[in-house]
Amino acid sequence: MHELGIVFHIIRSVEQVAADNGLEKISAVVLELGEVSGVVPDYLTDCWKWAAAKEELVSGSELKIETLPAVTHCGGCGRDYPTVAHGRICPHCQSGNTWLLTGNEVSIKEIAAY
Amino acid sequence: MNQVRIIEVKQSVFADNDRRAAQLRRELKEKGIFLLNLMSAPGSGKTTTLTRTVELLKDEIKIGVMEADIDSDVDARAMAAAGVKSIQLYTGGMCHLDADMTRQGLDELIDGDVELAILENVGNLVCPAEFDTGAVKNAAILSVPEGDDKPLKYPLMFQVCDVVLINKIDVTPYFDFDLERCTEYIRMRNPDAKVIPICAKTGEGVEEWAGWLRQQVREWVTFS
Repeated sequence: MHELGIVFHIIRSVEQVAADNGLEKISAVVLELGEVSGVVPDYLTDCWKWAAAKEELVSGSELKIETLPAVTHCGGCGRDYPTVAHGRICPHCQSGNTWLLTGNEVSIKEIAAY
Repeated sequence: MNQVRIIEVKQSVFADNDRRAAQLRRELKEKGIFLLNLMSAPGSGKTTTLTRTVELLKDEIKIGVMEADIDSDVDARAMAAAGVKSIQLYTGGMCHLDADMTRQGLDELIDGDVELAILENVGNLVCPAEFDTGAVKNAAILSVPEGDDKPLKYPLMFQVCDVVLINKIDVTPYFDFDLERCTEYIRMRNPDAKVIPICAKTGEGVEEWAGWLRQQVREWVTFS
């Protein structure tokens, strides 16, 4: 259940941004979540509802999740391919010398405040 | 209706924890304290391995152990019985420790005189790997009954580790576990990881592991 721990870290980051920008009430937090980040969006939003309700700054606010596609680069043939469909083996040349370009992000894109 | 302000943040959720962990590491360097983060799945032998390790090192290095669990203090009792200072950290249902929770435990632990602090993280191959605890080195235990394919299934755990202990090698004949294949899978994810086969129960290989740890602690403490 790492989603709960992640939610606590989001709230702490939002508190910092709010303090830096003089914000008193947050209406929404937009999160960018990579397809292979290992974080389950439904669990995350459930944890958010529970944890955010306990903090005045974010209570009642919405956690919006934008999914970022996972893309893997192949060192064998130099091409990129979608990670979720093909995993670690390149579908073009069958090389295993591949690495993830994008898709493991868990980042706060922006927050909306009244 | 008030106007809504949009603040662009563009920051990793882990960035805040990473900063706190780096700060904790700097403070440990100043104080000459080495923190080891020991991770593994439940039942792979963290506590038995630690007991063996402590037996070999406790006369030359002052050791303190932090046992992180969702509940119960059986591990802390086992370490206390082995003769080292130990405290129990409850995560309150959370599956991992972060830098702040580690700091709170350390504050209590190093109240005594500790050169080597060992954090026995929550038994879990997923979440603890995502949160930097502030440890100087990360170690993982993978035991033979778990299977040699675990480095492929839980790649992040093996990417963040400096050393991997392959435990329970005495039972290898009874399982489809290929040590060479496992080492190759670990190297695919982390070419720099040191792999040490051990059997915590019989003590096989534990000298080599204790030697590695002793060397790491000396380097960290001497040059602090």
